Amino acid sequence: MNAPRSTSALLYLSGVTVSFDGFKALNNLSLLVEPGEMRAIIGPNGAGKTTMMDVVTGKTRPDTGEVVFDGRADLTKLDETDIATLGIGRKFQKPTVFENHTVRDNLLLALAGLRSWYKLLTAAPTKAESNRLAEILSIIRLEAQQHMLGARLSHGQKQWLEIGMLLAQNPKLLLVDEPVAGMTDVETETTAQVLREVNKSHSVVVVEHDMSFVRALGVKVTVLHEGSMLAEGTLDQVSADPRVVEVYLGR
Amino acid sequence: MITRFLWQGMDRRLRLFVLLVLAIGVLLPLSNQLMPQTSALYVPSWVLQLIGKYLCYASLALAVDLVWGYCGILSLGHAAFFALGGYCMGMYLMRQIGTRGVYGNPLLPDFMVFLNYPALPWFWHGFRYFWFAGPMIVIVPSLLALALGWFAFRSRVTGVYLSIITQAMTYALQLAFFRNDMGLGGNNGLTDFKDILGFSVQADGTRAVLCFASALALAIFLVIAAAVVGSRFGKALTAVRDAESRMRFLGYRVEGYKLFVFVLSAAMAGIAGALYVPQVGIINPSEFAPGNSIEAVLWVAVGGRGTLIGPVLGAFIVNWAKTYLTGALPEVWLFALGGLFIAVTLFLPKGAVGLWEQVSRRRPKRAAA
Repeated sequence: MNAPRSTSALLYLSGVTVSFDGFKALNNLSLLVEPGEMRAIIGPNGAGKTTMMDVVTGKTRPDTGEVVFDGRADLTKLDETDIATLGIGRKFQKPTVFENHTVRDNLLLALAGLRSWYKLLTAAPTKAESNRLAEILSIIRLEAQQHMLGARLSHGQKQWLEIGMLLAQNPKLLLVDEPVAGMTDVETETTAQVLREVNKSHSVVVVEHDMSFVRALGVKVTVLHEGSMLAEGTLDQVSADPRVVEVYLGR
Repeated sequence: MITRFLWQGMDRRLRLFVLLVLAIGVLLPLSNQLMPQTSALYVPSWVLQLIGKYLCYASLALAVDLVWGYCGILSLGHAAFFALGGYCMGMYLMRQIGTRGVYGNPLLPDFMVFLNYPALPWFWHGFRYFWFAGPMIVIVPSLLALALGWFAFRSRVTGVYLSIITQAMTYALQLAFFRNDMGLGGNNGLTDFKDILGFSVQADGTRAVLCFASALALAIFLVIAAAVVGSRFGKALTAVRDAESRMRFLGYRVEGYKLFVFVLSAAMAGIAGALYVPQVGIINPSEFAPGNSIEAVLWVAVGGRGTLIGPVLGAFIVNWAKTYLTGALPEVWLFALGGLFIAVTLFLPKGAVGLWEQVSRRRPKRAAA
């Protein structure tokens, strides 16, 4: 493998293009996320937000372009499992918790560490694990529901459980896809708090439609449009940009 | 560590059930051997043979359930592993016949003399000894499962496509085993067995021991399956079943999980087939028939997919019905089987075990009110 370009950025995308049957979902996209940063990515439907996440997590291979993680790993050559092991966690748009497992088992499965099948056959629960689980359960406010099946949680609780699973996985970078879709205002508020707390120890990329939520996060915003970056800056800067206004309101 | 591993999956209900299986395996053969034929407690040999057969089917059903119920791999070719284990046992039994065959050839089984084989084909060597044939019963089906699983799981073949591949595999094997030049008896398969480990396969005493061995095998499989699904591996396994791609994004190499249960399941099916063959006295290519594999899946569905007791119950219920109906109303059987499948799919998604749980959950409530 030829050594990818060394960079101080945690996540480095350069000239990434993905096309599906001639339609360019990503068109020469470049993006930098610094270590410890939280970044919000917004853009109208079809702007390529989810495709960008697919490329970073190994679900989709780009036609051209560079994707480098942590200054050394070339993500275009690795599969989902390798990329997850490197330290990239992903939360999907639709909450995907394990419905037939309890909240606690969901977190246990996500917990960083044991992944190989032969070790799990004889793995016994450890004190360190149960301490970590208790810690996460309190951050995501689901202590009382820990023995409830995933399927019985409310929509908002599932979203939090998924964020808890990301915490358990303890990745360097969290990709969070539309965390507040379908949430009440109070839940949205709580989610913003949880994410800010998470950002203290992890880098985060959030894709979101909800402007009030992005405002509540108060972080640098990247606007995508037709697979490329349109604008970047604070939310106030980008919403003053006439091109952004046109994309969102015009046509 | 092994004891802890084996006990981690056992709950009270399963312990009782394993004891029940063992009790059947001990008491029926004993009564057949010790009771006078006039006694009301005497179990006739044909019943013993039938129960022994059902116990082997139950092991096959458990094997299917382990991959389908717990890992979501709907294998429609499990009868192939069962039949391969059966053929390994059949080859051992053929070599025990020696000079007692029709042609009295000390080396070649009858069908080879009949087909003018000059010498014993290479893969028949070693099968004269049980120490060789015994391990082969496990190794041959496991290797096939390993090869098939390795390619299929790595290329992420799942769902209906995997089912079709497994179905094609068993059909291909059936066609191959039909051929005389496979050296495995072609259409007629292997039969006319005389001895197993020095005892006559026809003798009631041998049949009683085989019935016990089938029950013991089933009991051991239940304990192993419970240990596997009750471990943290089991939690990961059902998570792979429910959301495979999510597990990949959590950093799990899901192929390893699938491959392990698939091979374990094939080994179980192989042993079940090996115990089945001396009890029915024949193994031929019809055991590879695609319908057999589908029937095994049906036993699991009827009993309760994703439970350990369910497949055993299902195998007994369906096969008892089959034995009864094919005797009493032979023309009805296939309709009954089809009807049963539709009824279970529509009304009993969790099979007999699910029904029992529903009923027993309702009862205490009424008592409390």
